[in-house]
Amino acid sequence: MIWMQNLPLWVALPAALLVVAGSTLTLLGTLGLVTLKSFYDRLHAPTLGTSWGTAAILLASMLVFGWTEGRLVLHELVIGIFVMVTTPVTLMLLGRAALYRDRGEGSAEVPEAPPEPAPAEQP
Amino acid sequence: MTRMVPHPLLSLGLLAMWLLLNGPSLGHALLGGAIALVAGWALSALEPERLRLRRPGAMLRLFGIVGLDIIRSNIAVAGLILTRDRKGKRRSGFVKVSLRLRDPAALAVLSIIVTATPGTAWLEYDPETGVLLLHVFDLVSEEDWQHLIRDRYEALLLEVFP
Amino acid sequence: MTATLMWGALTWAQFALAAAACLASWRILRGPRAQDRILGLDTLYVTVMLLFVVTGLRVGTSFFFEAALVIGLLGFVATVALAKFLIRGEVIE
Repeated sequence: MIWMQNLPLWVALPAALLVVAGSTLTLLGTLGLVTLKSFYDRLHAPTLGTSWGTAAILLASMLVFGWTEGRLVLHELVIGIFVMVTTPVTLMLLGRAALYRDRGEGSAEVPEAPPEPAPAEQP
Repeated sequence: MTRMVPHPLLSLGLLAMWLLLNGPSLGHALLGGAIALVAGWALSALEPERLRLRRPGAMLRLFGIVGLDIIRSNIAVAGLILTRDRKGKRRSGFVKVSLRLRDPAALAVLSIIVTATPGTAWLEYDPETGVLLLHVFDLVSEEDWQHLIRDRYEALLLEVFP
Repeated sequence: MTATLMWGALTWAQFALAAAACLASWRILRGPRAQDRILGLDTLYVTVMLLFVVTGLRVGTSFFFEAALVIGLLGFVATVALAKFLIRGEVIE
């Protein structure tokens, strides 16, 4: 922590707030992952961590490293954009997988599948 | 020009990412530029259609709206988890929205918006009928959510993607 | 003064993220169904990635970013492959 000795307050205060807010949001998200009752409810919980949890922590890191290195540090943007773009793909696939399995078991909880287009006749 | 750089947005994005990861210098700018150009050619061999974006103003407005919505729904969902679902009063459910959007790129952006916002999850889209199945964490009325998706996001997306 | 402030914030963040990782692991172990476990694994990846970023901030080197980026990539590929398996594995059965 010695390298942080001469960090000015206007950098340290927002960075500290962002780090605390981001980690707390992530913790709340996983708390939801444990306490919520149905799978489709739990599907919403990790998005707390992947939206503002990630964004806040990365912003804080950009702020601190930007000040200590004396230039604009944009490394973190790559991680941020990457998380932003990949989360929808994983959650959408998981949601569809769950829907598919629940329909396969004939669960009454999920809505009906859309009518299948008529398959081409096999000769 | 179009034949040399078939996908200018993709090539620019790749070059920017290369420079961000490796630190800006002339050598890396040349190497990254070459890679970005080759990637553009490779993509044009895979996918003949080019992405066209209109109205950068509408796109910026969309980014602003989505950023605010994500902050707001973060707080809302965190509050719901902390108060134990308003002591069991919260109801979640599935919502069907019929979309007018047909452009795959626009649908991809809409899916990012819907999933990145805590409280809504994109489950299924049927390209035949254009019906989207959402799961909503805090469902008060289905019509509110249909209006929200259609008027707030889809209208702007229809402006950006012709 | 500012060092103490950052020390407090980073310590809180590390404890919170470690607790979050434990909660995600609990969901992986507990289930009850395969999709719950995969969701827990995805959350665990994101949490550990954030923990690496915070640790990098504390130590003051940017090496942890590369590690965080690799974890993010691996998590994405793993989750997509597992979710795909859930859909396709049952088709074959």
